[in-house]
Amino acid sequence: MKNIAIKNLFALGIGLFCMKSALAVLPVQQWTQASGAQVFLVESPAIPMLDVQIDFDAGSRRDPAAQAGLASAMAALMSRGIAASGAEPAFDENQLAEAWTDLGAQFGASAGSDRLGFSLRTLTRPDLLDRAVSLAARQMAQPAFPADIWQRERERLGADLREARTRPAHVAGLAFARAVYGDHPYGYEVTEATLARISVEDLRASHRRDLRACGARVSLVGAVSRQQADALVRRLLAHLPATGCGALPAVPEVSALAAPQTLALPFESAQAHVLIGQPGMRRADPDFFALFVGNHILGGGGFVSRLTEEVRERRGLSYSVYSYFAPGRHAGAFTIGLQTRPDQAPLAVQVSQDVLRRFVAEGPTEAELQAAKDNLIGGFALRVDSNRKLLDNVANIAWNGLPLDYLDRWTDRVGALTTADIRTAFARIIQPERLVTVVVGGAAR
Amino acid sequence: MLGFVLTVSAPLAAWAQMGPSGAPAPSPVAAAPSRAAVYSQTLPNGLTVIVKPDRRAPTAVHMLWVRVGSVDEVDGTSGIAHVLEHMMFKGTATLKPGEFSRRVAALGGRENAFTARDYTGYFQQIPSSRLEEVMTLEADRFANMQWPDDEFRKEIEVVKEERRLRTEDNPRALLYEQLAATAFVASPVRRPIVGWMSDLEAMTADDVRAFHRRWYSPSNAAVVVAGDVDPQAVFELARRHYGPIAARPVEPAKPRAEPPQQGPRRLVLRASAEQAYVALAFKTPHLVRMEAGESQRDALALTLLSAVLDGYPGARLERALAQGADRLADSVGAWHGLMGRGPQQFVLDGVPAPGKTAAQLEAALRAEVARVARDGVSAAELERVRTQWTAGAVYKLDSIMNQARELGSAWALGLPLDSSERLLDQLRTVTPEEVQGVARRYFGDDGLTVAELVPLPPDPNRKPRLAPVGARH
Repeated sequence: MKNIAIKNLFALGIGLFCMKSALAVLPVQQWTQASGAQVFLVESPAIPMLDVQIDFDAGSRRDPAAQAGLASAMAALMSRGIAASGAEPAFDENQLAEAWTDLGAQFGASAGSDRLGFSLRTLTRPDLLDRAVSLAARQMAQPAFPADIWQRERERLGADLREARTRPAHVAGLAFARAVYGDHPYGYEVTEATLARISVEDLRASHRRDLRACGARVSLVGAVSRQQADALVRRLLAHLPATGCGALPAVPEVSALAAPQTLALPFESAQAHVLIGQPGMRRADPDFFALFVGNHILGGGGFVSRLTEEVRERRGLSYSVYSYFAPGRHAGAFTIGLQTRPDQAPLAVQVSQDVLRRFVAEGPTEAELQAAKDNLIGGFALRVDSNRKLLDNVANIAWNGLPLDYLDRWTDRVGALTTADIRTAFARIIQPERLVTVVVGGAAR
Repeated sequence: MLGFVLTVSAPLAAWAQMGPSGAPAPSPVAAAPSRAAVYSQTLPNGLTVIVKPDRRAPTAVHMLWVRVGSVDEVDGTSGIAHVLEHMMFKGTATLKPGEFSRRVAALGGRENAFTARDYTGYFQQIPSSRLEEVMTLEADRFANMQWPDDEFRKEIEVVKEERRLRTEDNPRALLYEQLAATAFVASPVRRPIVGWMSDLEAMTADDVRAFHRRWYSPSNAAVVVAGDVDPQAVFELARRHYGPIAARPVEPAKPRAEPPQQGPRRLVLRASAEQAYVALAFKTPHLVRMEAGESQRDALALTLLSAVLDGYPGARLERALAQGADRLADSVGAWHGLMGRGPQQFVLDGVPAPGKTAAQLEAALRAEVARVARDGVSAAELERVRTQWTAGAVYKLDSIMNQARELGSAWALGLPLDSSERLLDQLRTVTPEEVQGVARRYFGDDGLTVAELVPLPPDPNRKPRLAPVGARH
């Protein structure tokens, strides 16, 4: 169900969308295997554990419109059983769950807008690691996709979707995505109807088409050597086809908005949920750093952002107020969000839009930029001080094709920015006169 | 309910952990296997200082824990521990409102704070070279919190918005609020951490100042530092910055012991939702010390029972109730409140599948416990749970934040600092017979409270029944 709520990925990304980085003293090693799989490794020997992330270009942006939710459904069903293969036995969903629990390991799949990803966390005791790798390899390559279990999961997902539509935050997110993305796949809504059009044959066909060793980006952080990592990645991908990774069909870009749009949806709730935004930036945008740091000042920097100061600290209008970019292969949304008592919503909308307009027009002050640099550069080590965080950073480099010294240069890139860089980048990306504004809650107006 | 924690800022709201079916999660059960050294000292003014070195990266977390939470509150001012937590960011004799956060940010730090039933905590994650600066700031606000009334008037509105966000627009959170208020009549665990809206409306700035004076004494607080630090150097810094704060006795709250429950209680909440939901809460013993004792063994066995029922995907409850074409539930769960300063419960919960009723699910959940009482559990099931906990204890070492939280929480509950490791050792000794024994003894009607959420379909034309209480603006 988590995987199906695709729109929520953006909501969950508050403040976390931002760039990932790793440590100069922990160099990223990279090589390509004979299968074509690209491997990225940071050796981190202190704790006897290993984290692995395996990403494929098979996220929900490749869902057919009529079958929105296909990638997420495939990810969800892949933990529900392994088919027999040669002398290797089948596992039903409970046997599979027990096998992972008995290893003390965790393995799962999830679909984002761009990536279909698998993550493995295991101890590195040789017998456990060996069995975990074997099981993960089979689970990725030989899913059973049982029809009765897909039927059950589809019913549960449908019930979750109906429940979610009784919550103002979810309703606001759906309306916002529709308005910002139009008919782009980033805006597809998963419904009972789109799930009903997905059969287990569709899941099998997607799996056959999308999961190929030649397209895998594999990131590892943990107590393994390069030699061990190379061997275990080969075993992880051994059952997947190593050919057929030709160019995939192009996915169109997100269209810019032609006009502003304001949606006020009545809803029975104690708070109105407000979302304001428009298409934002692609991850490959040359102004990525300027936009990231600018947003840190505008609404991404915790207690000291402009939005927090104006909406929460000065006026007490909302517990949570934030802004973020969701950069992906395409221009994910720029979003401002808050929640407030319904009668205060017009004021909160006006204050937020004023803050954004002024920021786009004038950019940050020198003092604000310096404060943001102090925080981001001074706190860089906090981005890379655990295996989990390192893995996110390595996978970011792997997925986005960033240079291997990306992390070494991260603080320099932030440090080199000027207020003019940020003002120019925001002026290019954000058009305050064409914002989507969604207010869900309060009586009909 | 059991592990529910509020934070001052939303971005770290993941602290308010949610369980399998949207219910708050239990206290963490797993324990660290690491025998990595923990150092601790008590300063002359009574402040406890706890240090756990972890030199993997040049960062540290600095936490200040105060042994005061919602269980120390009284009627009429519920939620005040949490409001005080918010107001601690509003200045001191020498720092203007907002300046604390600006300084932490300038040091490259991240910060937040949290309030639970049993404690209040403040933390900064920083490059380890900045430890002294955040200690200076934290010691200053601990001793010298000071702000104009106008700051309180704005912040109390923020807290009310937090209550609307977390509770009033969240039917299952509302249900758990009502469940606690129904299951407990005298114990302060009956009140929500965030407070009743009427109490927030009536709260004054001076109420908050008085609460700070009463509870924020060095003898009622602990500093926890984990990360790339030297213990002796941390002790020296703590002596310098926290040492001068005057000692002050703290008068504990009145006991307000819960009288025995002598029959089942039941409540129904009708709220805007699509899915029904039911929770069965049984009063059970919890861990109050690490030494052996009968009720202590029972508490451990109850935690194992919860894990056998719902501790991993495909465990007993899911397999029996949420699988198959004629399943009773779309989700099910079980957890046990193992630790806390107040009374605890064992909770079974679930969402009925379409066409099934809450009553059917209630009976089936109890039947699964009865099955354990009748047939016992297998050694293999217990081993599976232990394997998972043992591995989890290794994974936990990856986060210095988690290590600091575990230490602070043990201190706040009056448990030894190695309780995490001792707990795992003790859980290993629980037998199948002990698990069967607690399934027999604690799941009758006498200590049971059943809470049922009856969904009302959303109606855009219906007036909010949760209209802003006493809204004056």
